[in-house]
Amino acid sequence: MVTVADYTGIPSAWCPGCGNFGILNAVKKALVELAIEPHQVLLVSGIGQAGKLPHYTKGNVFNSLHGRPVPPAIGAGIANPELNVIAFSGDGDAYGEGGNHFIHAMRRNHNLTYLVHDNQVYALTKGQASPTSDQGFITKTTPYGAAPPVNPIALGIIAGASLVARGFSGNIEHLTSLIKASITHKGFALIDILQPCVSFNHVNTFSWYKERVYKVEEEAGYDSTNRTAALVKAEEWGQRIPIGVIYKADRPTYEEQLPALKKGALVGQKIEPGQAEKLLDELL
Amino acid sequence: MALQINVMVGGEAGQGVQSIGFILAKSLARGGYHIFADQDYESRIRGGHNFYRVRAADSPISAIADAIDILVALNIETISLHQKELDPKGVIIFDIEKVKDAAGLKNAFGVPLDRLATESAGDKLMANTVALGAALGLVRYDLEIIGQVLVEFFKNAEVAEKNIKATRAGYEYVRDNFKGSFDSRLSPISKTKRMLLNGNEAMALGAIAAGCKFMAAYPMTPVTSIMEYLAAKADEFGLVVVPAEDEIAAINMTIGAGYAGARAMTATSGSGFCLMVEGLGLAAITETPIVVVEGQRPGPAIGLPTRTEQGDLQFVLYAHQGDFPRAVLAPNTIEDCFWLTVKAFNLADKYQTPVIVMTDHVLATSYTTVDKFDLSKVTIDRGLLLSASEPNDAEYKRYKITPSGISPRAFPGQGKALVVADSDEHDEAGHLIEDAETRTQMMDKRMRKLTGLSKEVATPEVYGPKQADTLLIGWGSTCGAIREATDILNKHGASVSCLSLNELWPFPAEAVSNILNNAKRSFVIENNATGQLARLIRTETGIKVSGNILKYDGRPFTPDSIAQAVRKEAR
Repeated sequence: MVTVADYTGIPSAWCPGCGNFGILNAVKKALVELAIEPHQVLLVSGIGQAGKLPHYTKGNVFNSLHGRPVPPAIGAGIANPELNVIAFSGDGDAYGEGGNHFIHAMRRNHNLTYLVHDNQVYALTKGQASPTSDQGFITKTTPYGAAPPVNPIALGIIAGASLVARGFSGNIEHLTSLIKASITHKGFALIDILQPCVSFNHVNTFSWYKERVYKVEEEAGYDSTNRTAALVKAEEWGQRIPIGVIYKADRPTYEEQLPALKKGALVGQKIEPGQAEKLLDELL
Repeated sequence: MALQINVMVGGEAGQGVQSIGFILAKSLARGGYHIFADQDYESRIRGGHNFYRVRAADSPISAIADAIDILVALNIETISLHQKELDPKGVIIFDIEKVKDAAGLKNAFGVPLDRLATESAGDKLMANTVALGAALGLVRYDLEIIGQVLVEFFKNAEVAEKNIKATRAGYEYVRDNFKGSFDSRLSPISKTKRMLLNGNEAMALGAIAAGCKFMAAYPMTPVTSIMEYLAAKADEFGLVVVPAEDEIAAINMTIGAGYAGARAMTATSGSGFCLMVEGLGLAAITETPIVVVEGQRPGPAIGLPTRTEQGDLQFVLYAHQGDFPRAVLAPNTIEDCFWLTVKAFNLADKYQTPVIVMTDHVLATSYTTVDKFDLSKVTIDRGLLLSASEPNDAEYKRYKITPSGISPRAFPGQGKALVVADSDEHDEAGHLIEDAETRTQMMDKRMRKLTGLSKEVATPEVYGPKQADTLLIGWGSTCGAIREATDILNKHGASVSCLSLNELWPFPAEAVSNILNNAKRSFVIENNATGQLARLIRTETGIKVSGNILKYDGRPFTPDSIAQAVRKEAR
C-alpha cells in the first residue's frame, strides 16, 4: 500500500512558511488516497518556485522550460496514456509565458491535470508584478501600479477546460479533494491555487485569502455544470473569493478521439519498417 | 543523355497548373522516363503567376534545365514572361481564341483550349487538360498511359472520363493541325516502374519506416505536406499528428513524446525554427531524442515565403545558447530525404539528442523518379535502453555518467524505475544542482557523445574524375545541379569533380580536408548570400576555398547556370 512516505523527495529550497508546502502536501495526499504509485505518475513542471515541486516528491519528472510545462505534458500523455500526468506552473509560467499553450490545451481538452501556484507575484526574480497581480499592485517594475489581471477561472471556462477549479494552499483537505477530482477527471482540469508568497507579496497574504475564501459547494443551489452561473462566479474577486469546482463539463478528451491510441500506448507499439511497402507502391 | 525534353506549364493560381504538371510528369514516368519536376508559385490562393516545369530524360536527372522545349501557356502572361526561355526549336501552346494578334508570336501554335474543353467535356474549366493533351500530342506520347494516370489522379470515374475526352481533344487537334517543325517524339521507353515523389513525401515515408509515432507541427511552407502526409496515414500506421498552436508548442510536445519513449518529430521552416530554438536546448539538456525537419526558404523574417534558399545553415549549426551535441543532416536528393530521415531517428535515439534534417523549398516540393526504396535495408536502432531485467531499479539514474556519455534510457511508466529529467543542470539522478563539480561532469558527459556521433558521419564521396583541376562543393538540394554541371564542364574539356555534402554536423573535417588539398581550385556553390558552407569549411578545416558561387534570388540553380559561373570564375 502506497504511503505518503513513498512520496518523499529531495529537501526543498522554498522559503519557510511558503504557500507551496500546502500544495506539495495536498498533491502527496491526493496521490496516496487514489492509491497511485510514484512510477504511475508523471509530474511535468515549468520554471519558478512551482517548477521545483516535482523534485520535492517522487514520480517520473520532466522539468521543462519557463512557460512550457503543458506541451511536453501533452506529448508524453499521448505517447503513454497510462501515465497520470500532472503539470505544475506558477502564475507567470502559466498565464504569462505559457498563455498560448494554456488556452489551446484547454480548447483541445487534453487529459491532463494542471496545478497553477498563483501567488500573484513573480517571486523567484524577487517580487515583480505578474499576470494575476491585482490592479494597482506596486512593485519595482510597476511603480505606478500593475495593469488589470487576467482571470484564469473565466479564461478556463471560455477556452473549454472541462474542469475549472480554484484551491487555497491554506486549506490542504479541500485542495486534496480538488486534486483528486482533477486526476480522476477525464479531460483538462485546471486548478488555480491561491498560494501566499511570504517574501514578496505583502498584500495578498495568508490571512488576506483566509478571510475571503468560501467553498462554492457549500453555497445553496450552486450548479457547477451551469456555464453561465460559472462565468458569473468566475467574476467574483475581492471581498469574497470562491474556491472549489467552479465549472465542470462532460466533453470528449483529445486523446480518446485519436484512433492510433485505440491500439494502446504509442510507446508500446512495435516498429516494422516493412509495413511502409504499400505506401511506396502507391507512388509507382 | 540521348533524349530529354523540358515542358513548362504556366498560368494563374487556380487554373490547374499543378494538376496538369503532375499528370504530365506521372504519365512520362510511367513510360520509363526519368523525371525532375518543380513548381514555382506565389504566396496566394488565386491569380498571380505560377508555373510547373517537367524535365524528362532517358537517363537519371536531378535538376531542372534552362531551355524550354514546350511552353504550355494557360494565360497570355505566361508567354511574355517565359518566351525568352524557349529553345530556338521550341513551341508555345496557347489559346488562339484569347489572343487578338497571334501573328506576331514566334514559335507559337494556337489551340482553342476553352472551346475544345467545352466541346469535348462540356466544361470550360478543363482547358488545362486540353492543353496537356496538346503538349503530349506534339510529341505523340501514348494516350493510353495518360488515360490511366487521369483515372488514378481524379479517382472519380466520371470526372476522369471527361478529362480523358478533353486530353484527347487537345492531342488530336495538335496531331491533325500542327504543321511546324517540332520533331521530338516521346514514346514509352521501358516498363520499369519507379516512384514519383517529392522530398516531403520521402521524408514522411522515412519517418513512417523508422517508426515515428508522434508528430506535432504548425503548417509552414515548404514542409507542410510532411505533416499532411503523416496525418493522412496516422490511423493506419498508429501514429499521432498534433496540429500545435505554435512552433514552441510543437517542439515541446515532440520532446514530451520523445521523453515518454515514442519516436517523435516536428517540421518547420526558418522562422518557425526561430521559435523552436528554445526547445532545441531543452531536448539537449534533458537528453531527449527528437528529429526536427528544417525546410529553408529565403529570410530573414517572412522573406520570400514560397521560394528557395540555403540561408539557414549557420543558424541551425549554432542555434540555442550554450554548448551541446547535435547532428545536422542535409539530404542532397529526394532519395536521400528518405534515408537520412531514417538515419536521423537512429542517431537521435542512439545519442539521446536533437537531430536536425535540413531541406529547402526545391527539395521539399520537387518531384523526381526514384527506384522503390528497399525497406529491408531500414535498420532501427533505439540506442542504449535499460535492460528488461532492470525496469524496477529503484536506484535508476537517468543521467548515469558513462565513458561514451550515453546513459541507459528508461521510459516513464515502463517499470518502477523513475525517470527524472530536468532543464536545470542536474545530477545523475536528474535532480537540479548548483555545484561546479557536477556541472562540469555533466557538461563533459554530454559533450562526449560527440565523439561517437562523429564516427556515424558517412565519408563524403567525390563525383567525377579522381584527379581534377577544379573541385565544386555543394550541400543540400543544389548538389543535383552541381553534379550535372560537372558533367557539362567535363564534356567540354574541363577537368572538374564535385563534392556533395549531406551530413554537415559533426563536420567530416578530415575527409573534406583531404579532398580539398587534392584540388587546385575549389568553388562552393550555395543558394545564400554569404557562403555559409564555405565559412563552415574554413572554420573546421582552416582551408579557404578559391571562390563562392552564390545565388539568393529565391530561385534554384540550373546545371547550365552553374557551368557558366564556373567558367567565368575559372578564367
